[in-house]
Amino acid sequence: MITDRLGKYAVLLFVVMFFAYLFGPLIIMSITAFNSADFPRVSPWDCFSVEWFDVLVNDDKLMDGLRNSLIIGIGVVALSVPIGLAGALMLMQISPRVRPWYYTIVVSPILIPGVVLGISTLIFWDRLGAMFNANYESIFYDGIFLTIVGQTTFISAYSMLVFISRLQRFDPALEEAALDLGASHVQTFRKILLPFLKPAIGSAAVLAFLASFENYNTTVFTITSESTLTTVLASKVRYGINPSISALAVTIVVLTLFAAAIMEIKKRRTDAFEKAISKAVIEGTDALSKLGRKSNRLIDPAFAMIIVIFLAGLGTAYYSGTVGVDECKTSVKEAKKLETQRRVDERRKKQMFEGAQPGTQQAAPNTTAPSTGKAKGTEGYQGIFAPTNLESQVKGDSGAANDAATDDAPAKGTEGYQGIFAPTNLESQVKGEESSN
Amino acid sequence: MSADVRLENVWIKFGSFVAAREIELTIKGGEFFSFLGPSGCGKTTILRAVSGFLKPSEGNILIGGKDMAGIGPNRRPTALIFQNLALFPLMTVWENITFALEVKGVNATERRKKADELLELIALPGQGEKMVGELSGGQRQRVAIARALAAEPEVLLLDEPLSALDLKLRQHMRTELRSIQRRVGITFIYITHDQGEALTMSDNVAVMRDGVIEQVGDGTTIYDAPGSPFVASFVGENNLFRGTVESVDNGMATVTTTVGTLLAKTPVTASNPLKVGDTAYVFQRPESLRFAKPDNQINRIKATIVNEEFEGNFWQVYFEVPGSTKPVKMSMVNDGSSSERRRGEVVELVCEPELSVALAEGPLAAE
Ligand SMILES: Nc1ncnc2c1ncn2[C@@H]1O[C@H](COP(=O)(O)OP(=O)(O)O)[C@@H](O)[C@H]1O
Ligand SMILES: [Mg+2]
Repeated sequence: MITDRLGKYAVLLFVVMFFAYLFGPLIIMSITAFNSADFPRVSPWDCFSVEWFDVLVNDDKLMDGLRNSLIIGIGVVALSVPIGLAGALMLMQISPRVRPWYYTIVVSPILIPGVVLGISTLIFWDRLGAMFNANYESIFYDGIFLTIVGQTTFISAYSMLVFISRLQRFDPALEEAALDLGASHVQTFRKILLPFLKPAIGSAAVLAFLASFENYNTTVFTITSESTLTTVLASKVRYGINPSISALAVTIVVLTLFAAAIMEIKKRRTDAFEKAISKAVIEGTDALSKLGRKSNRLIDPAFAMIIVIFLAGLGTAYYSGTVGVDECKTSVKEAKKLETQRRVDERRKKQMFEGAQPGTQQAAPNTTAPSTGKAKGTEGYQGIFAPTNLESQVKGDSGAANDAATDDAPAKGTEGYQGIFAPTNLESQVKGEESSN
Repeated sequence: MSADVRLENVWIKFGSFVAAREIELTIKGGEFFSFLGPSGCGKTTILRAVSGFLKPSEGNILIGGKDMAGIGPNRRPTALIFQNLALFPLMTVWENITFALEVKGVNATERRKKADELLELIALPGQGEKMVGELSGGQRQRVAIARALAAEPEVLLLDEPLSALDLKLRQHMRTELRSIQRRVGITFIYITHDQGEALTMSDNVAVMRDGVIEQVGDGTTIYDAPGSPFVASFVGENNLFRGTVESVDNGMATVTTTVGTLLAKTPVTASNPLKVGDTAYVFQRPESLRFAKPDNQINRIKATIVNEEFEGNFWQVYFEVPGSTKPVKMSMVNDGSSSERRRGEVVELVCEPELSVALAEGPLAAE
């Protein structure tokens, strides 16, 4: 009994940890996108703001990369969907004996490391270009073209897998029936097979686009002098990041979720439709009479609802992220200034009491320690890396004290006496000591 | 228009496996012709060869006197109704029906008109806008027929089209199919493993076993004068007694069997003639058996009643007969005489020589 319950808790714990592991980073990153702080962080929380989305949109390099990524994605879709379809149709046509061999060969690009594909694409087209004495402006050295070609080598295999799984559910008798009724092979393909494959074409296109969009390891070789979103991001991380990258991540996550939800609903509908048909065929019942026509509607309630929720969420976020941000930021700035001011005061006091009463100075922070908790500690270390840190230090060293004195005299007064017990006390001490070093 | 179909020495092989062997057959124009045989005997294979999906390994197929070699299924004057119907699930009923016209480039208004005509023919008026999934099994069946007829074939090929339906509907559709065939007047080639279907609908039946045609004939010939032990045991029920031929005279054979000496006719349709000394089977149908009367001199069999089954219009009475491993079955019309019989009672049965059939030993249908 007890072990049973223990087992249950263990499973629960595992599940929680598993999901935390999966989604934790995404959630944290998404939250940092809305913090006005200069470094992607959750705490200390400065202000809820969408300014990083603005920064994102105004980042030319990133936007250039995004544009290239989109172009490449579209190119890859345009190439790999037909190639994948042809490959899948081929698989269905050839004799069962050679089928495993064929399958192994056409799926192998998925198993080959992307780096290898990238390098080989680059070398292949370079050699080809050399053969034709092409110059470096020609297509043989065009980063976008090479990336499209390079990514297509394995993404078309993905599309093929999508088509194969759909084709396995195709009743070949339908094709024969069409032929028997006088249709040509082309007509049979257009009127019977293609309509059946329509959902798979959609899925294959989405899959191909996403695979292309997120690809890095092949792209980094084939892109040459151009850049894509992923390569820009990679170089950005190297030179230090700001929350606009989180904002990008949020955008992508939201769009992906949105698209996935739509796809899922659509898929369920087609599945239900087909299930009902095959059930009706087997049982000879009227199972479809209700479902039948409805699923052909262009927009159904579930779609509409998702779109409304999505837009409402977007609107709310934008509204709360823009209204009152400036006030909040000013007050945070104020708080920082005061912080610095207090630190300076403290240091002075410390210097004054130094030698005379060392014991009391030690005792005071110790009493506050338990109530300040963990957050403060982490905060303290995070602060070290914060870009604002250096700035505030500089300010603190220069005329910050004077500013504070003229701006907010009463506040300063309270702080002067009670600042020892403030939650941020320890941090400021750390900072203080650091700046004194 | 209807066309005759000729199969000349047709062989169909899959690798080393022979699915159809030496098929020699003429199906007259406008006839309702059935292939009857157990599942796996090659019926579908022959039909696919006629419709053009399979190339015979040997021999010729002629439709309306024209050799079909090298002509694809879309250019043959045949239409096939598939075992699973193969209606197009993403199209409405009327789009399904007029698919053959659509691929010919007939415009939508004309197609719609034709669809309405055909819906009338199959007794589904006003159902054109439905999706095929919304129809019941019997309705779908009829849509498949209409779709095939819309192609205006000279030969309609049907591959066990009723096997998915329940018994009642199946019986109804038999009559329906036959009447549609009479109205349109084209050749129907029908495949079935159900002898009831074959016998009720067809002008002529070919009984098949393992890729070979055992016998071709009309229903009564197949039933009353089976040409081989396989046909006798596959079509209808039969009590079977094994023995040795004593004499053959004037179409009648005397066979000494394990249950006694029996006199039986030797059908002219028999593929192997009987000779004195041969091993032979004597077949007696349950409905041909009667309780012996004192004046019955020959074909008397001593039997013990072991069981009775009541079927409303019929009684099935089972007997234990010395010398027969299986119980002997007799069908009697329910004439109210059941109270006269008692289980365990020893009686004598008789089957007229004209209703008994003697055939040379050969393969039998699986039970
Ligand atoms: N494409 C094929 N390849 C190999 N064997 C086949 C093929 N089609 C049918 N057969 C075999 O031929 C025999 C006859 O099949 P079929 O004509 O479908 O029988 P049925 O009389 O039940 O319609 C079966 O044993 C089947 O396994
Ligand atoms: Mg079959």
